[in-house]
Amino acid sequence: MAVSVESRNLVSAPDGGSREELVVNVGPSHPSTHGVGRVIVHLDGDIVVKAEPVIGYLHRGIEKMAENRTYLQVVPLTDRLDYVGSMYANWAYCRAVERLAGIAVPERAEYLRVIVCELQRIASHMMGIGASAADTGAFTFFIYAFDQRERIIELFERLCGARLTYNYVRPGGVSFDAPQGWTQDVLAFTKAFRAAAADLDRLFFGNVIARGRMKGIGVLSADDAVAWGASGPTARASGVNWDLRKHDPYSVYPRMDFDVVVGERGDAYDRGRCRLLECVESCRIIDQAISQMHPGPVRTEGLPRLLQPRPGEAYDHIESARGSLGVYLVSDGSVRPYRMHVRSPAFCNLALLPLLAEGHTLSDLVVVLGSLDPVFGEVDR
Amino acid sequence: MSAAASFGWGALYGLGASLVIAVAALFGVWAERKVAARIQMRYGPLEAGPFGLLQTLADTIKLVLKEDVTPNSADVPVFRIMPFLVFVPCAAALVVVPFAAGWTPFGIEAGALFFLAVPGMSVLGILLAGWSSRNTYASIGGVRAAAQMVSYELPRSLSVLALCLLAGSLDPGVIRAEWSWWWLPLMAIGFVVYFIASIAELNRGPFDLPEAESELVAGYFADYSGIRWAIFMMAEYGGLVAASLFGAGVFFGGGFGLPGPVGAVVFVALAVAMTICMVWAKWTFPRLRPDQLMSFAWKVLTPMALGQLALVGLVLPWL
Repeated sequence: MAVSVESRNLVSAPDGGSREELVVNVGPSHPSTHGVGRVIVHLDGDIVVKAEPVIGYLHRGIEKMAENRTYLQVVPLTDRLDYVGSMYANWAYCRAVERLAGIAVPERAEYLRVIVCELQRIASHMMGIGASAADTGAFTFFIYAFDQRERIIELFERLCGARLTYNYVRPGGVSFDAPQGWTQDVLAFTKAFRAAAADLDRLFFGNVIARGRMKGIGVLSADDAVAWGASGPTARASGVNWDLRKHDPYSVYPRMDFDVVVGERGDAYDRGRCRLLECVESCRIIDQAISQMHPGPVRTEGLPRLLQPRPGEAYDHIESARGSLGVYLVSDGSVRPYRMHVRSPAFCNLALLPLLAEGHTLSDLVVVLGSLDPVFGEVDR
Repeated sequence: MSAAASFGWGALYGLGASLVIAVAALFGVWAERKVAARIQMRYGPLEAGPFGLLQTLADTIKLVLKEDVTPNSADVPVFRIMPFLVFVPCAAALVVVPFAAGWTPFGIEAGALFFLAVPGMSVLGILLAGWSSRNTYASIGGVRAAAQMVSYELPRSLSVLALCLLAGSLDPGVIRAEWSWWWLPLMAIGFVVYFIASIAELNRGPFDLPEAESELVAGYFADYSGIRWAIFMMAEYGGLVAASLFGAGVFFGGGFGLPGPVGAVVFVALAVAMTICMVWAKWTFPRLRPDQLMSFAWKVLTPMALGQLALVGLVLPWL
């Protein structure tokens, strides 16, 4: 490894003497780094003096690989960015391609995209708050949250055959129309989920130990959230009312009636609970989308298999479960993108870790990390 | 008693206690996995034997056959001995459990003191196991364990002390024989303190900070593997069983003071119920933070235990 870790550091203390710092290397293989995150933690007793995230353990060069593939072949690569929210990366990329090549998308496809992405938001948030609860030792809550996620994954499996890497949203539409009876089952799910969300809320966010562990931990001020480029529930929990579905509306979101969940204190508790409450709003959107949807084509007719956009550039972003996920594409007129860049919300949110963890204990560090909900596939790309 | 005879009896007790703990651990692990599975909407072990009963046996065979790794940087002799230093005090606790009214396997008069003092020694084993691993996580786990176990010993001892005061004896067998129904409301607070402090003393969730998986990976036994790791596990389950049996024996008068086989069945049922409640707590609650854990011990449990002691002291002159 390039980064060497000294286990003990002598540091000059404010009183003129020196104190010994203990350096703990957390990760990249550690139960609560949410994949392959790594944090080098400097401890003074049990207090975190400095927490340095080290990233790059899951770097696969997806942006570079995209330059050697045709526009359609890049879609499966985007699945592997945020692997607990593949639909978003699919969609963000496809929006950029559609903008670059001037492709119109059928209305039914837009509705299907909204439905799967809101389902994906619930699945991703269940994973996020479940893992964050498991970090505090509430493993049963993790299983309960995963139960809900599993139901969504089964719905996705029926829709496109894949459980994790969907390759569902394609330039010009989606890969498959909803199978017979699928929308009814989605409605049944949202109905059941609302009840489950109330249970989950009581089980974890109502628990006195969980409140004690998460309230007032890792407080992010609204100013800092904006200054550091935080987005998604991480920023909204701090009171920043910023949701691309409302503030830069795309697809059919302007036709939906839903509320943006905004927190007050910006601590780990608010970030977790914002995610849970957002899931209920997602249920509202899904229900409306299904009632507004009409039969029709789900892919643009006559789209060539080898897209060859005119030279130029395009950027488009959507609200993913982690925040503003953007894809920037440059075309040189060939069948392959000249350059692809992903604006990763998980990366920006993870950068807040040193700011939020300092002054808390080692036990709080995992709570703060969990509350930022990083997915390293998207951080490292 | 001659030295040879007492040594012989000691060896016999040791063997008996170890056997009981081995069997208890075998079924304790199975029961914990089954209960946890039910709480989590799963099935738990199913394949090995009826209801997966032999799963732990299979796991034990696997653990015994695994390589017994000692890290290069470890303090080797200390590292190797510590699992036994944790296990032996936990096993020793069993010999003063009042299995019948007026009778404990190792009939010493200060049995309650023995029960509180000897398992407390396992903190040394845990501290040194963490320390000798020369691993940052293990060291933090060991130090946490020391702070936690020493703090929780106090309320636990005080709650049992109130019981001794009530019975007028330190002998658990006598406490069980003296037990009567009105002790239940009188000792309610003491029992709650004993129950919570026992969970903390055993480093089990929600007080499993020394091994906190999400923070310290496995805490003080992070570097142990194979049979030595299994011995740590056995010590945990042995302690769990001993704490449940002792609690049922002294706080509930065995089987509510019922005589004969009925009393024995109720006694075991109470101990099993206590064990299941401890498992239930572990799989329901999140974990506390070290500072919250300490303030809970000193600001909540200790005053509660002192209050219980004062209550018994007030009632005592009227008996």
